[in-house]
Amino acid sequence: MYKYNDFDEAFVRERVSQFKAQVDRRIDGSLTEDEFKPFRLMNGLYLQLHAYMLRVAIPYGTLNGGQMRQLAYVAETFDKGYGHFTTRQNIQYNWPKLADVPVILEKLADVEMHAIQTSGNTIRNVTADHFAGAAGDEIADPRPIAELLRQWSTDHPEFQALPRKFKIAVSGATNDRAVLRAHDVAVQVVEQDGQRGYRIFVGGGLGRTPMIGKVLRDFLPEADLLPYVEAVVSVWNLLGRRDNKYKARIKITVHEHGIEEISRLVEDRFAEIRPTFSGVDQVILREIEAHFANPTYKTGSTDGFDAYKAANPAFRSWADTNLAAHKNPDYAIVSISLKAHGATPGDASADQMRMMAELAEKYGHNELRISHEQNVILPYVHKSDLPEIYNALRGVALATANIGLISDIIACPGMDYCALATARSIPIAQEIATRFDELKLEHEVGPLKIKISGCINACGHHHVGHIGILGLDRAGVENYQITLGGDHTENAAIGERAGPGFSADEIIPAIERLVLGYLDIRRDADETFIQAYRRLGAQPFKNILYPEKAAQNAA
Amino acid sequence: MAREFTPKVITTNHLLSGDAVWFTVDSTWTGDISEAELLEDEAHADLRLLEANAQRDQVTGAYLADAKDGENGPEPVHFREAFRTRGPSNYNHGKQAEV
Repeated sequence: MYKYNDFDEAFVRERVSQFKAQVDRRIDGSLTEDEFKPFRLMNGLYLQLHAYMLRVAIPYGTLNGGQMRQLAYVAETFDKGYGHFTTRQNIQYNWPKLADVPVILEKLADVEMHAIQTSGNTIRNVTADHFAGAAGDEIADPRPIAELLRQWSTDHPEFQALPRKFKIAVSGATNDRAVLRAHDVAVQVVEQDGQRGYRIFVGGGLGRTPMIGKVLRDFLPEADLLPYVEAVVSVWNLLGRRDNKYKARIKITVHEHGIEEISRLVEDRFAEIRPTFSGVDQVILREIEAHFANPTYKTGSTDGFDAYKAANPAFRSWADTNLAAHKNPDYAIVSISLKAHGATPGDASADQMRMMAELAEKYGHNELRISHEQNVILPYVHKSDLPEIYNALRGVALATANIGLISDIIACPGMDYCALATARSIPIAQEIATRFDELKLEHEVGPLKIKISGCINACGHHHVGHIGILGLDRAGVENYQITLGGDHTENAAIGERAGPGFSADEIIPAIERLVLGYLDIRRDADETFIQAYRRLGAQPFKNILYPEKAAQNAA
Repeated sequence: MAREFTPKVITTNHLLSGDAVWFTVDSTWTGDISEAELLEDEAHADLRLLEANAQRDQVTGAYLADAKDGENGPEPVHFREAFRTRGPSNYNHGKQAEV
């Protein structure tokens, strides 16, 4: 894992002391709220419905046990004993007091963490495949370039007042687990004729105008990464619509000017700035790569795992559902579900965080990941340690065997917390999970992604859910719109609106009807929801959702 | 034609705690909407909003929110404002935990 150098350390400490002075001046009245707001946003501090909210970056979703323990300490000491992991691999604290925030930032700096650029019109936390470094389908660990991009984008003088926020994701694998095509820019490590390079996507994004990212460069040589990305952001910085915040994101710029024109402008800009990159970035990248060397793998028999699995059905179910293939056949990637049925998606208590930290330290080469699906990953676990891990997780209600299933729902905080929300998301997620747990059907239903957002900004990724749910305010009442057929992977697709929205009372029965109806029309038990949707099209699913309308049409 | 003015309360978040607060007749801030001043005249409401926002070392940006005259004082009209009087629905946190 990356370790701060003296520069990183000094920079983060300085920002903490600057922000402390800004908070002091706000509290004594020498700064107005309008003057203070840009400062607090630069440091990840929002005002929500009931309290302040502090968004802390977990760069490319990677943290160690000590950092997770510190997150637990902050949750317990300065908040209400829990934190909320988000779809951008951040953690949010929902109840900090203003005067405590500089102290919290100091505590985070003690473990090389910060909240810089987790808000505002800047380049945000760079996200990555949560299986990076461990996945079998990977060409290279993408985190060194994520860290390089983090260093380059942090406090970049040209990019502190962009037209709008700018999100970058990276992956080194063929299977897209980082929702690359829903990012302003995405970098995928690829190989061509034995040479390593990058495929660059541009102009993806969700929100009120969802767009699938387009390939801007199919193969970019390794050494050109920073100048090329800088050229992209620089072109958008000039062209981007500052007159209308709903048209300011790069996806609209690409849409308005066309990918060919954007490509031409980027290539021109790139030609101009490429010579100014002396190669020092590549020297730094080599240093960063050394931090991400593989752990020293443990050797030993995995027979104990197989025997325990054969003897213990609950463990077998968990292992079948929550483990992913590791590049080392004696190892597994463990996904810890933060989606116990009825719990708030993405929330972890301080006790749970400490347990995950302990397991990472004891069994997991001291590494943890946060996924954009709001779960926690132990990326390096020797299979012989899995029974102990499972039993320890059970003790803190973290052993739910539901990764990738219907109750593994992404949900944004919605109107339970968020000042921008138009409806609640969390209770809908809780009720769907609870209902399908009662029905004992989720393993039979199989892989299914439900994603819920409480407003059109789409933090809950509803557009790319197999079933997306969008909460709206319709004449002063919460109303939920369903989209179908979205996909967040390398086959990215934006879901199609199914029809009129449902009230809060109607939405859970509607989802139940839809999922039970899918079981009736799938070809066999192996055909997943999304496969059945692609084969049959939207109509049969709409007929299930709106039986009265279907009956009318049939009459 | 201008829309008819409907009753309002002045509300915002407290500067230090971030807690939802409402503006009273005495120009103080209360955590209980029923103790807020119900503003039924538009010109008076605009004036009171200026006075509320002048207390910049007490609160963050104040705004007018629709309210109605209830049995025990002002009550929220929109569900968003109703949530602000209670707290989140997933935990017993916020104002609902204080009563």
